Amino acid sequence: MIHQYKLNRYNIVLDVFSGAIHIVDDFAYDAIEMCDREGRDRLPELMTRKYKDREDITGEDIDLIIRDIDELTRQGKLFTEDIFEVNAFDLKERHTEIKALCLHVAHTCNLTCSYCFARQGNFCGEEALMSAETGKAAIDFLVARSGERHNLEVDFFGGEPLLNWDVVKEIVRYARSIEKEHNKNFRFTLTTNGMNIDDEVIDFCNREMQNVVLSLDGRKEVHDRFRKTSSGKGSYDMVVPRFKKLVERRGDRDYYMRGTFTAANTDFLKDIIHMADLGFTQLSMEPVVIRPGEPNGLTEEHLPEIFRQYEELALEMLRRRKEGRPFTFYHYMIDLTGGPCIYKRISGCGAGTEYMAVTPWGDLYPCHQFVNDPEYKMGNIYEGILNTEARDEFKLCNSYARPECRDCWARLYCSGGCSANSYHATGSIKGVYEYGCKLFKKRIECAIMMKIAEMEQDTELE
Amino acid sequence: MERIKTIETRDLAKSLQNGGCGECQTSCQSACKTSCGVANQKCEKADK
Repeated sequence: MIHQYKLNRYNIVLDVFSGAIHIVDDFAYDAIEMCDREGRDRLPELMTRKYKDREDITGEDIDLIIRDIDELTRQGKLFTEDIFEVNAFDLKERHTEIKALCLHVAHTCNLTCSYCFARQGNFCGEEALMSAETGKAAIDFLVARSGERHNLEVDFFGGEPLLNWDVVKEIVRYARSIEKEHNKNFRFTLTTNGMNIDDEVIDFCNREMQNVVLSLDGRKEVHDRFRKTSSGKGSYDMVVPRFKKLVERRGDRDYYMRGTFTAANTDFLKDIIHMADLGFTQLSMEPVVIRPGEPNGLTEEHLPEIFRQYEELALEMLRRRKEGRPFTFYHYMIDLTGGPCIYKRISGCGAGTEYMAVTPWGDLYPCHQFVNDPEYKMGNIYEGILNTEARDEFKLCNSYARPECRDCWARLYCSGGCSANSYHATGSIKGVYEYGCKLFKKRIECAIMMKIAEMEQDTELE
Repeated sequence: MERIKTIETRDLAKSLQNGGCGECQTSCQSACKTSCGVANQKCEKADK
């Protein structure tokens, strides 16, 4: 299977099952398209007929391009067959150890963002803070269930995790105290709205957290539209100076300035640029996740504008890179040579199998987006996985699980998509959230185009 | 090849043999929390 597209003056051909990427001229683009549509056998005849009146294309050109197509096919870089499908479900079985937890240390929040999928932090349930004992038991559970895996991830999430800061620190200290004896390496992350960031939080995070995710929606008027305190005051002026201080002191360590865009700011490129102009260089901007029909949700009619924003973003990033003031965008980070292996590409995020969310009470859910959904309560950190039916459903949820994905070129980039998005959009974790697919495919096309353009920029500099 | 330039990418078929260690990051854990893409994940293996 191949995928062809034209973007920013590049003709790009992706060979889905080898992962190969080709940049081609118009003539080769046409020949490859014809070969894909009509088959290799008919190619000489069809190409000769189509190009017979073109003075710039000779019979020799046609022979040559067909030879090139044959050679790439022989090398396994074009029109490669799917050799992975037969193993797909076995691959998913390979690792069933748990390696990542999302600890909901606070089911409460000091902001009242109306678009929040966590419903202002309590996930439609009771407000609560995780105790240190529960947090430590979650760490023990993770270590015990992680088998031979060395790298273990723990994200402090909420609600707002800084509302339970002392417990966050205690859990980190406990995990550090036991990691060597168990031959583990904990990687902590923290997702925060920034309201309670102070010097002590900054020092601790910059020492212990591999990554911090800082919620900022962009321009002041955009951020303040949804991200308000309980008194209705926008939080922009309170959080931006705190984020700046944290990032300034963080040095080279990773962080993400993460925004959400809604129907109210489909011109979200301005918000990304705003973040970059504030001096932040590691950026992420996500489409809002809310149930269909809710206010400010994204609809089909927004798609052309969103696509345009993604394309413009790519071009602006390339311009700034050339000018020596680059920034990164989470969805455009793609490592073509050192990226994920086929196992990862098939098995995806690992929700419900190697990744789980833990509530303040120690209950387990497949991921943070399923929390408090009784159907998907998996068990708890003391007794383990009790809902084996749900676990097995997630085990088989991979990039080959959905018939709709069968002809999709992007399935080894998205690995089948987000189960939570599928569930909320279709009622089944094996459904397809088509809207998300459209956005995802556009972002991957932009990301690959950027890699090609960056290589060209680097060649020009040599 | 005059009209086709192939850029270097990881060979997925080869990764069937040398991949699958499971040490890489959980996809949506670090930043987005609302989607699942693996393209931006780094491989942790030294001998890819």
